[in-house]
Amino acid sequence: MEDSIMEESEQKLETEVAPALIAIHPAQKSVSVSVGSDLRVFNLQDGTGFKLVDENGGHKDSIRAIRYSKSGHLFVSAGDDKLVKIWDTNSWRCIYSVVSEKRVTSIAISNDEMFVCFADKFGVVYVVEIGDYHCENPALVIKKAVPILSHYCSIITRLEFSPDGQHIVTADRDFKIRVTIFPKNPLDGAHEIQSFCLGHTEFVSCLAFVNSQDYAQGYLISGSGDSTVRLWDYASGSLLDTCEVGAKAELLHSNGKEEEILPAITDLYATSDGLLVAAAIQSLSGIMLLRCDLSARTLSVAKVISVPGETFIPTSIGAASSVPLLWMVMGASSLHNNNSTLLVRVRVISGFTATSSKSIEHETSILEDREVPGGESLLEILQGKLSIGGEAFSTAAEAVKTAMRNLLIKKQYSAERREVRKKGRNDKKNQIVE
Amino acid sequence: MLEHESTPNTTHSKTTGLPRKRFYRARAHSNPLSDSHFPVPISPSQFDYTLHYPQLFQSSDQSDGSKKIEFADIGCGFGGLLISLSTLFPNTLMIGMELRDKVTEYVKERILALRTSNPGQYNNVSVVRTNSMKYIPNYFEKGQLTKMFFLFPDPHFKEKNHRRRVISPHLLDEYAYVLRGGGIIYTITDVEELGVWMNSCLENHPLFEALSEDELEADPVVKLLNTATEEGQKVARNDGQTFRAIYRRIAFESNGKVKARTFCARF
Ligand SMILES: C[S@@+](CC[C@H](N)C(=O)[O-])C[C@H]1O[C@@H](n2cnc3c(N)ncnc32)[C@H](O)[C@@H]1O
Repeated sequence: MEDSIMEESEQKLETEVAPALIAIHPAQKSVSVSVGSDLRVFNLQDGTGFKLVDENGGHKDSIRAIRYSKSGHLFVSAGDDKLVKIWDTNSWRCIYSVVSEKRVTSIAISNDEMFVCFADKFGVVYVVEIGDYHCENPALVIKKAVPILSHYCSIITRLEFSPDGQHIVTADRDFKIRVTIFPKNPLDGAHEIQSFCLGHTEFVSCLAFVNSQDYAQGYLISGSGDSTVRLWDYASGSLLDTCEVGAKAELLHSNGKEEEILPAITDLYATSDGLLVAAAIQSLSGIMLLRCDLSARTLSVAKVISVPGETFIPTSIGAASSVPLLWMVMGASSLHNNNSTLLVRVRVISGFTATSSKSIEHETSILEDREVPGGESLLEILQGKLSIGGEAFSTAAEAVKTAMRNLLIKKQYSAERREVRKKGRNDKKNQIVE
Repeated sequence: MLEHESTPNTTHSKTTGLPRKRFYRARAHSNPLSDSHFPVPISPSQFDYTLHYPQLFQSSDQSDGSKKIEFADIGCGFGGLLISLSTLFPNTLMIGMELRDKVTEYVKERILALRTSNPGQYNNVSVVRTNSMKYIPNYFEKGQLTKMFFLFPDPHFKEKNHRRRVISPHLLDEYAYVLRGGGIIYTITDVEELGVWMNSCLENHPLFEALSEDELEADPVVKLLNTATEEGQKVARNDGQTFRAIYRRIAFESNGKVKARTFCARF
């Protein structure tokens, strides 16, 4: 039964849109944006777009996850084409390609950059050993992945390594967050579960760690379809604080029944000092900043930064650890298969730091296009076009909504179908038994 | 989060004092995302002991009493094993987990009837309708259980359906998580292929070790595996062969060496 449900939902995913994603090199040497199967990388050091070198001609279907390794030497992209591509960020050559049996939903790179983990649509997490890639010959190497852990029949939405690299955290589309010890030899599997962080009542959409020098191990934060951001002691799985983001910001518009569902948190990013967390929210034009007090172990809304003159609902956010800029992208793969360039919008907020001053009220500002690092040439390459018309915006906004709502609706639908099926099955079984 | 039921009268019949059909508490917010139409506690601390063991937990403020469920019968079917265990371990809380709602209803009524006809007995046993393959961590904390039972589980013969089996390498990670160090997992089946599978999953798992013959001999529970459940009795009537795999959870040793065997992740 479970299988047919998975297959059914997989078919539906075909019509599901993929949100545009953004990732920033840890030292802000480059910025990457993905939209649909397109991967665009801008070199901030010389102000040009990178030409990606991939023997297999890039991704063939929507990209679902991109990220840089901790040092920035590696970059990984993966998605609906069931391929995980590992890139060398010096040459922007694809050095490894990993074939997954199912669509890939999320990726993570171990802190020592020895292993890449990815999760598939069936809730299985795989590991690939990278080793010393410089020793390999320049030809593209096909790697095999080994399954290490699984969330039974639930799509894994995020994978994240803890700051000390000891744990791998997986979040799923039910409401579960699992913290697993990442063993010395992960190829033998990750069997020892440290904790489950349970408290969300809807899908968990994003994870981030907040840590500082005083709290090196750090705490985990998670965003969810239940419209909350939660703070966890991930070693024990205890819930430390819940920030009712949707309710507090009064994001609900009173225009019809669809808004009865509280807006989902779509992405989270924490400053490297662990004091400030940016949250992208399904229906919020702009970004919400949360203040994190690590000693009091609390999370509270600091302020909402709205974008003047645009309906800018970020689909993904990111930053370089050393630069106080928050990068945001808004966009989605097209609902209909047309071949025109997919347009996205990139915006940057300055003052994304909390250490400089206690009050962040006047510190942040949204950069004008010409103020963005890399300037207009960056925007031209990452956005697909320098100026994005209002029409593209509303299409993107609609696509984002659809993508997020699909997470809710699809599941509800299949649950009903399953209930119907189950009834039929129970009746049959009872007859046999009695 | 947890919405308290207003008065005991709403959940207990005035005449018998026994719980009504609403055996457990739902989430405060109905969850449209939930895969299921049965309520699942958000976390083990929200599992309501007063509804499941009303004679032992009179009110919710008493449920902080450290007593917790220690035995879980996964896919308990009609509950025969639990009924036997209930009197054999009268001071241990135990629960059956069953996916089929009608079967779960039957077990509930069976327990209620036994409580009524044997005052003071069967107060330590209950049942929930749930999908154990998804929600075990919602019911039990780390290291909470001392025994888990998997008696005559569905075989799922086809290779592509092996991942539906209730014993699998990945699900054993979760069972290892809820089992205390030294806790025991009991499995039995009349399907040889499944017996071999369950045994090899356990044997190859770094957090489990097999019980010795002597230990099996000394354990009174082992004898119940063939005789106590409805499925076991059916197999016995047909003189069917059975295959057991009984393993102990090795104590937690974070990042230390556990069992000197390399785990084969192929399945
Ligand atoms: C063959 S019966 C055995 C029942 C009982 N253990 C016995 O020995 O008589 C297997 C039982 O497992 C239940 N089951 C199967 N999958 C389950 C799941 N994921 N969660 C809970 N119960 C499940 C089935 O509904 C069925 O009642």
